[in-house]
Amino acid sequence: MDDLSVKTAAAPDFKWLHGDMSQVPFQVYTDEALYAAEQQRIFQGPVWNFIALECEIPNPGDFKTTFAGDAPIIVVRAEDGSVKAMVNRCVHKGSLVCYKPRGTVKEFTCVYHNWTYDLSGQLTGVAFRRGVNGVGGLDPEYDIKKHGLQKLRVEIFNGLIFGTFSDTTPPFREYIGAELCANIERVFPRKLKVLGYHSQILPNNWKLYVENNKDAYHASLLHVFHNTFGVVRPTMGGGIKLSDNGWHHLSYTVKNADSDDATGKEKVRSLQDQYKLNDVRMMEHKLEFGDYTTNAIQTVFPTLVVQQILNALAVRQLVPKGVDKSELIWTILGFEDDDADMQALRVQVNNLVGPAGLISMEDGCVGGWVQTAAKADPGAQTVMPMGGRDILPTEGSRVTESAVRGFWKGWRELMGV
Amino acid sequence: MTTFTSDLTLRLRIETLFADYVHCIDDDALEQWPEFFTKDGIYRINSRENLALGMPVSLVYCEGRGMMGDRISALRTANIYEPHTYNHSISALKILSVATDGIRTQSNFAVFRTMSDGAMSLFNCGRYMDRIVEENGALKFAERLVVLESRRIDTLLVIPV
Repeated sequence: MDDLSVKTAAAPDFKWLHGDMSQVPFQVYTDEALYAAEQQRIFQGPVWNFIALECEIPNPGDFKTTFAGDAPIIVVRAEDGSVKAMVNRCVHKGSLVCYKPRGTVKEFTCVYHNWTYDLSGQLTGVAFRRGVNGVGGLDPEYDIKKHGLQKLRVEIFNGLIFGTFSDTTPPFREYIGAELCANIERVFPRKLKVLGYHSQILPNNWKLYVENNKDAYHASLLHVFHNTFGVVRPTMGGGIKLSDNGWHHLSYTVKNADSDDATGKEKVRSLQDQYKLNDVRMMEHKLEFGDYTTNAIQTVFPTLVVQQILNALAVRQLVPKGVDKSELIWTILGFEDDDADMQALRVQVNNLVGPAGLISMEDGCVGGWVQTAAKADPGAQTVMPMGGRDILPTEGSRVTESAVRGFWKGWRELMGV
Repeated sequence: MTTFTSDLTLRLRIETLFADYVHCIDDDALEQWPEFFTKDGIYRINSRENLALGMPVSLVYCEGRGMMGDRISALRTANIYEPHTYNHSISALKILSVATDGIRTQSNFAVFRTMSDGAMSLFNCGRYMDRIVEENGALKFAERLVVLESRRIDTLLVIPV
């Protein structure tokens, strides 16, 4: 029984101007009404929002707080070992029940008026329920047993915890499809360990960062670190995989099998005379998944990125913070059983990624440049004709915008526009 | 009295090192920045939150002047970002210990960032945790750990702190 249940928003006043997904009106990045509708139709609609990692809450009572869209969420390990997720909003006056980022509790108590909840979110107590000296107190008609924090449905996939507000969201494996599940299983095959958190404030609408991740076309053009320093990485194969509905994607590169030395480390060379790296340790790659994939960037609609860049593993959770601002939360990962050398390698290679990452920092500013330019003319449109206009996987080339078009297909289907 | 004078001298020398360091960055003389470190010195930037949680991965991790130089070459030639400058304020130097492997200090900083259009903001503040050694009569950082008070990085971090 949810006291603050979600109402479905009316379809926003918005028209998609073009026939296919290859032209997007700038209005989608600047319109407050669209942003409000996204909260209900997307984040609180039939999607799996990434909310935590199992390894962050290993024991009963361990919790973390986060967001699914604008909605504040508590994720907690219950007494029976299951994971619960609920909206972090007291049924009484709507205060955050829990204002700490993480911790361990026996129950949740809203500090405002001491209403208490068990680890499943069930309301268990109301302060001064019987008043003082029989005067005041809780209305006898208000049945505590019938109230609790609004619950999300939870599914755990390979150590990643997802929550949904909707009863109709399909099981996660079906949601992204077997082919994309296989990549998560590939990069997270063992017990995960958090090696660090970063937070990056992006001066742009959340969708610009999602598009950026799905846009493999920009990678070698905007992020020129490798090219500038002539870092020769004999990477040959690669491509884009898409879920059947186009909502989720995987962009990957694979190198030649014969490019490794006896230790399994890739030979990295700096060829150009003009610009040379003094130290290539941060570019080293130790094969760890029994394959030759060097980079794999995967998105799970709407806002999760699963990252393998050499040995830098991470999940990136995007949290919208208003129509023109987002917070990107990087959780840097390794494995419980990494030895000291492997951890040292991960520390080095993480120089490439994150808010100060040598090949990723540009993604922090480029969305803001679109946001600034888009504001003046919400009716004008982007154009994404690379790789045709359809939404199909490609092999052998990443010069395509098909995954971005796939995102817009999902966005339109959920927004009803 | 001698001890008192030598303490003051040491403090003055460290404060001079710190002033030279921040002016080097603020004056965009970044090619000289690695010279403030020993050859295999360590430079790290991490958040207070990560360090409190014992997290090993930093925002920036440089082991040796070579890697520091690579950071500077990258920001000059490869990385793309809106031009901006820093202005550092430094304060509250505390000498924690003086030992054979160096002098350990803690001090505070604030970095104000100004973008090319004039927009100015407090980019971050925090503390430096340093191990300083003497090499050929000059003080150098054997380790400089930059502890950011806020984990939030606005847009990106490219210039060293």
